[in-house]
Amino acid sequence: MEKLLEILNHLHPDVDFAEVEDLYDEGVLDSLDMVRLVTEIGQAFDISIPAEELIPENFQNVDTIWALIERLDEE
Amino acid sequence: MLFTSFSFVLFAALTMLLYFIVPGRMQWKVLLLSSLVFYALSGEGYLIFILYTALVTFLTAHVLQHRADAEDAFVEKNRATMEKAERKAYRAREKKKRFRVLCAGLFLGFGMLAVLKYTAFVIDGVRSVWTAFGGESFSIPSLLLPLGISFYTFQSMGYLIDVYRKKVRAERNFARLLLFVSYFPQLLQGPISRFGDLQEQLITPHRFDGVSLRAGLLRVMWGYFKKMIVADTAMVAIKTLVSESDVYQGVYVVLLILLYSAQIYGDFTGGIDITIGLSEMMGIKLTENFNRPFSSKSTKEYWNRWHITMGSWFTDYIFYPLSVSRPMQKFSMASCSKLGNIVGMRLPVYAATVATWFLTGLWHGAGWNFIVWGLLNCLVILVSRELEPLYRRFNKRFPRLTASAPWGAWQAIRTFLLMGLIRSLDCYRDVSLTFRLWGSMLTTWNWSELFSDGLTSFGLSQSDWAVILIGVAVIFFVSSAGKDTPVRHRVAKRPILWCALVCIMTAVVLIFGAYGIGYDASQFIYTQF
Repeated sequence: MEKLLEILNHLHPDVDFAEVEDLYDEGVLDSLDMVRLVTEIGQAFDISIPAEELIPENFQNVDTIWALIERLDEE
Repeated sequence: MLFTSFSFVLFAALTMLLYFIVPGRMQWKVLLLSSLVFYALSGEGYLIFILYTALVTFLTAHVLQHRADAEDAFVEKNRATMEKAERKAYRAREKKKRFRVLCAGLFLGFGMLAVLKYTAFVIDGVRSVWTAFGGESFSIPSLLLPLGISFYTFQSMGYLIDVYRKKVRAERNFARLLLFVSYFPQLLQGPISRFGDLQEQLITPHRFDGVSLRAGLLRVMWGYFKKMIVADTAMVAIKTLVSESDVYQGVYVVLLILLYSAQIYGDFTGGIDITIGLSEMMGIKLTENFNRPFSSKSTKEYWNRWHITMGSWFTDYIFYPLSVSRPMQKFSMASCSKLGNIVGMRLPVYAATVATWFLTGLWHGAGWNFIVWGLLNCLVILVSRELEPLYRRFNKRFPRLTASAPWGAWQAIRTFLLMGLIRSLDCYRDVSLTFRLWGSMLTTWNWSELFSDGLTSFGLSQSDWAVILIGVAVIFFVSSAGKDTPVRHRVAKRPILWCALVCIMTAVVLIFGAYGIGYDASQFIYTQF
């Protein structure tokens, strides 16, 4: 989780990711951010996030992103 | 068949009548029959193309579903004996096989669109190169381009990708799939619906509901108002300003940008209002395609509010798959190691963004003006993105100013003008001519002509100007008033007010729009895409 927070903070240093409830709806993450995030997560966690997983529900907040990482690692 | 013609009004009324007379289980058949009749009446020979697309989509989806089911069944059956790694490898192999099937379907689906829409463009390019090297010029074959082909092809291919991704199950009934592909209100200019959002609604029986009918009809009338009062009145002037662009330069280019913004807004959102309104009358809720786009404060926001279904289609089915594809990820890692993280992480995303906007431009038409239009939008988005840290510093430095209403208004006006400027490529249809005319706004200083007879010299009388300006003001007012709850939903619950409004709108459209003096009903702009 710490590694994920590090990636997010690197992407948007001015955002407190622990506080934001919906990163997508609140306009913190846009489609370009999502791709950069996916690339960095892929490299950091050695997983591949397919395009069909790039949906707002998976990127709502730190918890949902973490759940996605765990699920893909498990699958 | 034009949405604005009497024959369409009769056709829609008859469909509506039949829809609510027949038993619920027959309703989707009425829609299918109406859709096929509508398309057949829209152009001779069009039906064969849509049947081809539907058949390719149906068969490919069927094979994809069959393979996916077999894969799931195999994993389920062997779950106890398969290791996690083994299971992963099996799924990866099966996904690859399904991907090949998907590619075949996409090739056949997009192939027809490519041949019909882009053959002449490609041959023209080849001819230009050929003649530049001294070769003899040759003629370009002219191919039939069925109306709405880009819309129904994209909708069908989106469905195929959704089946491949296991987001939806393949439709087992060909006639039902054909209805999804050909549903007549949205056939010619969208919105580009997703199977998961639309199909169930098309098949499910709907009971007659007075409030939905009233709200839907009001939206249809609102669409006619926008199209016939604003868009078609402005069209006359735009035609003159474009065809006589050697005369109308400088301030007239500014006028063209403003008038075309009004026209495309009235035309496209008006058409979508008619589409969504007709569907609402039958109890079918389509995805919204616009959300007050001209109030956007940035280009990024504008593209989240304008032609929303097309934007999300390109994001979900082109931008994301391209960005996270294996070659792009490899490119990302390579560029990170060679150029550092700051540049390296950006390059693949920006490459995918450029490719997506290039294709978005191409989707709009086979012409360099559309491609340049797409790439300019891309440039503005990427530059704005790079400037974001600067904006943030500015916002922090001047918090009161940047939170004020005038600052918000300035941002909206700036975005509106920038988008209008780029959009004018759509009018002149010639990239170098458009650039020259943009330059004339700075070099030809003829603003004083506005105070003589300049405003009425290109086909708009004073009363036409009044109609457009009042029309735009009404649209602005209604749109602002319906920011949270659409006005029509409130009005639909009050039958007397509703009745009065429908009468007034019908009268206004009849007197000032459709059948007023000098009216020339025009096709909707987006049907040509």
